[in-house]
Amino acid sequence: MAHAETHDPNTPLEYRSEVGRLNILGFWIFLGAEVALFATLFATYMVLTHRIADGPALGELFEVKSLLIQTFLLLTSSFTCGLAVHEMRRHNVKGLMLWMIITLGLGLGFLYFEIQEFLHFIHEGANIGTSAAWSGFFVLVGTHGAHVTFGIFWVTMVLIQVAKRGLTPATSAKVFITSLYWHFLDVVWIFIFTAVYLMGMVMHHG
Amino acid sequence: MKWDEFFVTGDPLIYGADVSIVLTMAGILFYMTRYKKWKWLWTEWLTTVDHKKLGIMYIVSAVLMLFRGGVDALLMRTQLAVPEAKFLDSQHYNEIFTTHGTIMIIFMAMPFLIGIINVVVPLQIGARDVAYPYLNAVSFWTFFIGAMLFNISFVIGGSPSAGWTSYMPLASNELSPGPGQNYYLWGLQIAGIGTLLTGINFLVTILKMRAPGMTLFRMPMFTWSSLVTMVIIIFAFPILTVALALMSFDRLFGSHFFTLQGEGMDMLWANLFWLWGHPEVYIVILPAFGIFSEIISTFSKKTLFGYKAMIWSMLLIAGYSFLVWVHHFFTMGSGAAVNSVFSITTMAIGIPTGVKIFNWLFTMYRGKIQFTTPMLWSLGFIVNFVVGGVTGVMLAMAAADYQYHNTYFLVSHFHYVLIAGTVFGCFAGLIYWYPKMFGYKLNERIGKWVFWLFTIGFNVCFMPQYFLGLDGMPRRVYTYSEESGWGPLNMVSTLGGFMMGIAFLVLVYNMYYSFRFAKRETTGDAWDGRTLEWSTPSAMPPFYNFAKIPEVTGLDHFWRQKQAGKVEKLTAKDIKKIHMPSNSGVPFIMGSFFFVLGFGFVFDWMWMAILGGIGVIGTLIYRSFEYDDGYYVSVEEVLETEKISK
Ligand code: HEM
Ligand SMILES: [Cu+2]
Repeated sequence: MAHAETHDPNTPLEYRSEVGRLNILGFWIFLGAEVALFATLFATYMVLTHRIADGPALGELFEVKSLLIQTFLLLTSSFTCGLAVHEMRRHNVKGLMLWMIITLGLGLGFLYFEIQEFLHFIHEGANIGTSAAWSGFFVLVGTHGAHVTFGIFWVTMVLIQVAKRGLTPATSAKVFITSLYWHFLDVVWIFIFTAVYLMGMVMHHG
Repeated sequence: MKWDEFFVTGDPLIYGADVSIVLTMAGILFYMTRYKKWKWLWTEWLTTVDHKKLGIMYIVSAVLMLFRGGVDALLMRTQLAVPEAKFLDSQHYNEIFTTHGTIMIIFMAMPFLIGIINVVVPLQIGARDVAYPYLNAVSFWTFFIGAMLFNISFVIGGSPSAGWTSYMPLASNELSPGPGQNYYLWGLQIAGIGTLLTGINFLVTILKMRAPGMTLFRMPMFTWSSLVTMVIIIFAFPILTVALALMSFDRLFGSHFFTLQGEGMDMLWANLFWLWGHPEVYIVILPAFGIFSEIISTFSKKTLFGYKAMIWSMLLIAGYSFLVWVHHFFTMGSGAAVNSVFSITTMAIGIPTGVKIFNWLFTMYRGKIQFTTPMLWSLGFIVNFVVGGVTGVMLAMAAADYQYHNTYFLVSHFHYVLIAGTVFGCFAGLIYWYPKMFGYKLNERIGKWVFWLFTIGFNVCFMPQYFLGLDGMPRRVYTYSEESGWGPLNMVSTLGGFMMGIAFLVLVYNMYYSFRFAKRETTGDAWDGRTLEWSTPSAMPPFYNFAKIPEVTGLDHFWRQKQAGKVEKLTAKDIKKIHMPSNSGVPFIMGSFFFVLGFGFVFDWMWMAILGGIGVIGTLIYRSFEYDDGYYVSVEEVLETEKISK
């Protein structure tokens, strides 16, 4: 491990240590792999959407209200997450904590509505084993949900570390990386919103 | 699962295996305890984060897997030696070709190359370590645990039998009940995590840790091939992850991705599998190309011909590798238009591959060629690989493929590319860099015996299979009739197979012999090499690799320094304290929890899977809270290691 530390005061904290810089780059590359992962899931879902066997069609059960609430919660959380990093850049630990906790709250809210929605689908007779289309739906949307769940735990852990150690090059790199992850989930959701929900509803009603 | 089904019983071969496993275990336990080696094992190996040691562990595991896969192969060849043989029954035969294929590609070829990459790449780029040493250990342990999980299927629960391609619906619960197929799914899934992490780790290492002056177009060819391979890994492995997960869902939770009920699509599996599977073929061939490039240039005493052309052709191959997957199932109903497109893209790969072959030939042209063993393997590679490549183009003609598909012609083709490419490459690389790993060379005379035995055996084994294939012998059959007339060629093929087996034994003997008797190297430059890994003063580089990071001024920097008589000598004032990462037992423990997790899923014991999962997450959290900034090696220690007086 090389150990060049940067002392230019204009460099954001998370980029000051060699380890921080390497980790952030590595995480970007990891996100590249995540893109490949979600792309595969999307492709699978697209291929299977019309294969509903004897089960309900996908668009038949989608509900606009729940969808809009989920979308609103997640998009807002991405925004608050951005504010948190902004506060971090200003070395304002309190601000960082506050906005991150709000982000987590919004994330939890998203999960709550997503789980409600899943339960509703299952109640209406559509579960992972109903048809290929529903298998594709639950696994694609569920993988995103599992990512959000993981993200909530991860951010919490990192916040505990910030609380214990304050903002150091190491903790700030961790915060920054979790924020990248969180924004990425937001982007994936936009694709789910369009490719799964909107197209599903248009196809069913239109 | 009933308890009496837990251990595989009823076959003398299995009992033999049981006994040998128990004896080996007892032997190891006894030896380790008697000679008080446990602490050494733990501190030197199990907790290491040194890329060179991890590399050696990869290679050792891969050689063991080569043995396992090789035994499988010889069992199959024995069964096929004569018509209507009764040595193996059909189920057993199916299990063996499945484990053979899977182990050879996933647990032998790839780890062997990743092992060599681990040892060599950081040294070649003048780095002290990889970008994420700790993650590197995690990669190794997940690979190792995945491999072990897959291997124990043999004696516990039963092996998978749906082929290494595991086509659905053959691999479904209905047609492959029991834990066998689950072993495949979880063994590959867990090892796949490690591979992806390796991909990220070495991509960042090569991009960010190069010595000053080493621009991208001054990197040694092996490093280049590793870089390209890592990019392929990063895009291909997530596809495998998803495919395996979806099949696991089908088997565990009754989803309908690939089943015929619920309108699932079995062809979706074939597509996903080969979307990963074809790039995988290049993951195991490009690093081998890199190895040959280094060796041919070193032993021709010439700079690699067409360095840039080599790089561009590799990048082309990497791109194409994602565009040809359908050639694996031309006959499975894709339609003429689709087949034509994929037929053309497949043949197009031959062009950059041909460019590389000519570059190697031109490198040798007018060179002062030294016929060392690594060089022999490289020359053998060129000749035999071309045979595999030409027959590959024959297979790529979709219409003709209806004739060859699923015959021994295909089997012969991919062994010609996989063995002459990858396996020859692994051997060549192992022998070439052996002195870097262990401080002495393998014996050259015995090495030449290994080469000739293996190469002749290889051709005797696989050449007849082209003709068997043209004669209509299908692959994956456990026996054939007398009237088919396939008996004699099969016998020849089996004899060739055993000759390769003997060659392997001689190779192992050579390791033992050289360990005992080989002359120890006194400098780091055992072969009069060209690249930075040969520039370390001691035969085996110390754990920090370079006391002083070299500065590079061009391709083959070290060689040109030697030619000009200007190799820098280190003096005491060059030495500064060196920062290094600390060892950690966490990756090993995390790996063990992965084992528990995988084993639980294999047998559908959710409590166990959950326990393992908690363990894995626990170790992740533990690591996240651990603030270990590594340590410094003092100037005194460096001076002493480098034997420099103050
Ligand atoms: C010269 C370039 C190559 C061409 C044109 C080519 C072409 C093909 C084609 C068309 C098939 C499908 C045959 C069929 O199913 O009927 C195939 C199968 C295969 N190839 Fe290649 N190949 C090439 C290089 C390689 C290399 C370098 C490797 C490995 C290192 C490799 C390993 C395999 C394997 C393992 C299969 C077996 C697939 C199965 O189990 O069905 N090939 N190849
Ligand atoms: Cu292919």
